[in-house]
Amino acid sequence: MIKYLFNYIIFPGFLFTAVIGLVASWIDRKVTARVQWRIGPPWYQPLMDLVKLSIKEITVPRSASKGLFFLSPMIGLSAITLVSTFIWLINIDPGSKGFSGDIIVIIYLLTLPAIAVILGASASGNPLASLGASREIKLVIAYELPFIISLLVPIIKSGGMLRLGDIIAYQASHGAFLSSLSGIIAFIVMIFCMQAKLGLVPFDMAEAETEIMAGTCIEYSGMLLAILKLTKTMLMVALPLFLITLFWQGFNFLSLWKYVILLVIIILMRNTNPRVRIDQAVRFFWGKMTLMAILAVILAVKGI
Amino acid sequence: MSLRLKALTKSIWVYHMSTGSCNNCDIEILDLLTPRFDVERFGITLVGSIRHADAILVTGSLNLKTVPRVKAIYEQAPKPCVVIAIGACASGQGIFKNGPNCPNPVDSVLPVNVYIPGCPPKPEAMIAGIVKLIKELTGKK
Repeated sequence: MIKYLFNYIIFPGFLFTAVIGLVASWIDRKVTARVQWRIGPPWYQPLMDLVKLSIKEITVPRSASKGLFFLSPMIGLSAITLVSTFIWLINIDPGSKGFSGDIIVIIYLLTLPAIAVILGASASGNPLASLGASREIKLVIAYELPFIISLLVPIIKSGGMLRLGDIIAYQASHGAFLSSLSGIIAFIVMIFCMQAKLGLVPFDMAEAETEIMAGTCIEYSGMLLAILKLTKTMLMVALPLFLITLFWQGFNFLSLWKYVILLVIIILMRNTNPRVRIDQAVRFFWGKMTLMAILAVILAVKGI
Repeated sequence: MSLRLKALTKSIWVYHMSTGSCNNCDIEILDLLTPRFDVERFGITLVGSIRHADAILVTGSLNLKTVPRVKAIYEQAPKPCVVIAIGACASGQGIFKNGPNCPNPVDSVLPVNVYIPGCPPKPEAMIAGIVKLIKELTGKK
């Protein structure tokens, strides 16, 4: 019991992932600044933002539904903590950790932060927040379809394994799925879906600062906003690690360079693209991305 | 210096409130975010929502229509929060001193912490003002 609590709160779970996420978000801001020929913030900036937010006052709007307004950031944070604990533990010990069907649990848990954002925005009673929530709902519906279809590729290629540890073990003996054509196509689709799940620039219409003033988190302040930001930060660790686990033989502390490569892809995509409209995003995910994912599945069934 | 004070002064998120200005000060504020000045070095970023703000930048002569809105916005800001008056109009009514539409100076409505005069003030002047504010808050001379 104490071991599980330790795993959840300190080592691979909350604290550890949060620290890596803070470093990653600093790298994100620094590289963004360098791309724009600026100098960028010092290394402790994300931590300072969180500390500052946590000592500010929390204002609750009069029209808000109070329970849900306070609860929904906690839902997102606990879900993302659980999923990062899962992914780290399974990668550290693929043989014994995990259970049959844990991929399905991870898919659901990865959707929960977006659901929490939607709930919180709808509970805050602000018209701009409800606009952001409606955009987030459309975005979730758009990216979940190609995400789940391309998730079928590693399952098919490993011969129907639904346990993450089995997929890592299969890749360890047969080579990474990324070395096959269907694996590459599914991985590219997954990277686009990851960008949308993280809510970064080509797909950040739910939080568009310039149009709807922070959108879904417009009414959040103080500690609650800090929790929302921390959830986003931890998602930036958990999602790339999930992709590496599925397609790239998993990882350990020596192969953190795989994570750095994915982080660089995320940052470059973020800095070289304008924000798309929500209808363009839905058309992109249900059109091109879904077709690519189906193609990848067909190739995987053929064994290419 | 305590961690609380350090965090408050190292990560200032500013909210930009124009109370009917001619947009010169607003353009100069946006200049602060360009590569030449880059205030993100000090952790200062522009936010869109007043709920996230630590500092309110007031520009423009406060006319009769905007007085209740300015009060409402200041009450919505999570405390601790500082108010910075930017430009001649916000600091001391400027050329609208005897105008019939702008009888209230900004500091009669809001508790202003820093005045940055100029029409418009240079970005260097704004950075100097914010540095003075931080020095005063942290007690360093």
